[in-house]
Amino acid sequence: MSTLSQRISLPKMGTTLLGIGWLVAFVIGAWGVALRLVHGHEFANYGSYVVWGLWVAAYIYFIGLSAGAFLLSALIYVFASKELEQIGKLALLVAVVTLIMALLSIWFDLGHMERFYFVFTRPNFKSMMAWMVWLYTAYFVLLLAELYFALRADLARWSVSDGWRRVVANFLLLGRRSLSQRAVQFDRVALRILGSLGVPLAIAFHGGVGALFGTVLARPYWHTPLYPILFLTGALVSGGALMTAAVAFFWPKNDPKYTAIVQRLSMIVFLILLFDLILEWAEFSIPMWYGVGPEFELLQKVLFGPFWWVFWILHVLLGTLIPIVIFLTQRDKPLWLGVAGGLIAVTFMAVRLNIVVPGLIEPTLRGLEEAYRHERLVFEYVPSLFEWQVVLFICALGFGLFYLGRKLLPVISVSGAKEEML
Amino acid sequence: MSTATLEKTDVLERMREELQRAIKKPVHQRRWVMVIDLRKCIGCHACTIACIAENKLPPGVVYRPVITEELGEYPNVSMRFIPRPCMQCDNPPCVPVCPVKATYKRPDGVIEIDYNACIGCRYCITACPYNARTSDFGLYYSDHTPQRAAYDEAPSFEYGRLWKREGERSPIGNARKCHFCLHRLEAGQLPACTTSCVGRATFFGDANDPESLVSELISKPNVMRLKEELGTKPKVYYLV
Repeated sequence: MSTLSQRISLPKMGTTLLGIGWLVAFVIGAWGVALRLVHGHEFANYGSYVVWGLWVAAYIYFIGLSAGAFLLSALIYVFASKELEQIGKLALLVAVVTLIMALLSIWFDLGHMERFYFVFTRPNFKSMMAWMVWLYTAYFVLLLAELYFALRADLARWSVSDGWRRVVANFLLLGRRSLSQRAVQFDRVALRILGSLGVPLAIAFHGGVGALFGTVLARPYWHTPLYPILFLTGALVSGGALMTAAVAFFWPKNDPKYTAIVQRLSMIVFLILLFDLILEWAEFSIPMWYGVGPEFELLQKVLFGPFWWVFWILHVLLGTLIPIVIFLTQRDKPLWLGVAGGLIAVTFMAVRLNIVVPGLIEPTLRGLEEAYRHERLVFEYVPSLFEWQVVLFICALGFGLFYLGRKLLPVISVSGAKEEML
Repeated sequence: MSTATLEKTDVLERMREELQRAIKKPVHQRRWVMVIDLRKCIGCHACTIACIAENKLPPGVVYRPVITEELGEYPNVSMRFIPRPCMQCDNPPCVPVCPVKATYKRPDGVIEIDYNACIGCRYCITACPYNARTSDFGLYYSDHTPQRAAYDEAPSFEYGRLWKREGERSPIGNARKCHFCLHRLEAGQLPACTTSCVGRATFFGDANDPESLVSELISKPNVMRLKEELGTKPKVYYLV
């Protein structure tokens, strides 16, 4: 035992364990994806009545994380926030990775995966879904462009170094190697312009996801004008919280600004969380006030039905109360603030599930559930193991991409180094 | 129309003649309408089964379930049966949500799904206020048996084309729903649910023809449509 601890230092052991855990998750997940590709939707638990399930919830969850992380980065670049400037690149990386995760989630959910491009070749611009796809495609392109301009100067520096960094840099630079003040200034202006374009774009596309649900007249639970706004604040809370955790855990601790950055981020998240809670209060209290009606019954089910714990334990306790307590009592401990951010970010999946599923669990016509019986024609839904496997794959892939991005790209610039180079 | 006329000749005969008249007109001049007499429906589910047989519907896909409603309290109780085909809404909520224009209203008012264009996102299924759309998840009645049964492999003729379910091919992975048996109409036949109705509770015809039976029926005061408050303007009427 003593020789082991001598040979492997604790952080290294942590990395090894993380690596093994990641590999296990990836293999189990990949098995699920293989089942999806061979057997289609056969092992999924959603049906024709609860027609959207875990994967759609995962989609709006990941895309919310992406929009949130991006809006944060855009605010940094547009308003040239000095305190948070350094994390802009990391935020962009998180936004790209979570967007890829979102797109994979919804792609696996399609009945005809091979026809996804029809949304580009024969779009119906009356459909909120078509708008959403077009907007997030534009957003994807913009993200890549922003990432390019944000990393270019550092990559240019890498291109004259040795080893793998030179290869990576030469591959990604697209020929623009200049480090002159003019070239660096050009990058900054480009980032500001792209960021300015990105803010309305991110608001439009994630508000659009909210509108996708909000416009469905047939579903009283979804049909609320508050949804686009609620989706945006949810994105900012969850995306900001994820960034807090990412910085708290993956930023070099020797950076003198480390604690200040985490504190600033967690403060932003805390304030938006409070605002989100007000909106959520409105979302629940207004339709419930009369104590009758279809929306009241559905909200009752969310709060006190068989899955009450998704709301109370996952969302309220773990995703709201405990993080708030941490924010208020552990302000000077960045790792604790990271834990709070992580808790909010992970448990936000509960909020997304509580949007998608309850909207579909009530028959539009009473008695329909007994009119024709089949396991796919029921108004109940619990995700199957297979569905979780696919989500596990997406998470493992996302984490892998993030890890690789952090290793292979100059997304982290420590304060001292930055000042030196300028 | 008097009840006596109905009794003399089978109402199906009259509707068939009207159908022949209608299909001679250009498509945009027809307006297909279904009328279901809830006082006559005995809840036998023959229409549900006839529809499944006609369209070779796989497990989990249903176009015309019959809802059983129990009314009153013992000893004053009664039952009512409500067949629920696609309402073929004049203002269909399922059409504008489709991201790829795979579902649309035909000139005769029937809402069609282009199986070869549908990407299987299932947004339309959430948007239907009548739960009239179901998804084909690629299941077979003979799943988990040694051999696939012949009836599982029989093609359907929806929308006048031949659809053989196999692998991932459409209509597997698509949204599916009642289409008033368009392929039968084109051949001068009434929808399967209408001909199979033992109580003659389902009527079908062209509402643009003032002489048609359905035109007469939908002008009565005892006619209603489901969820009229949503403004969907269904073309399926119920007599109560």
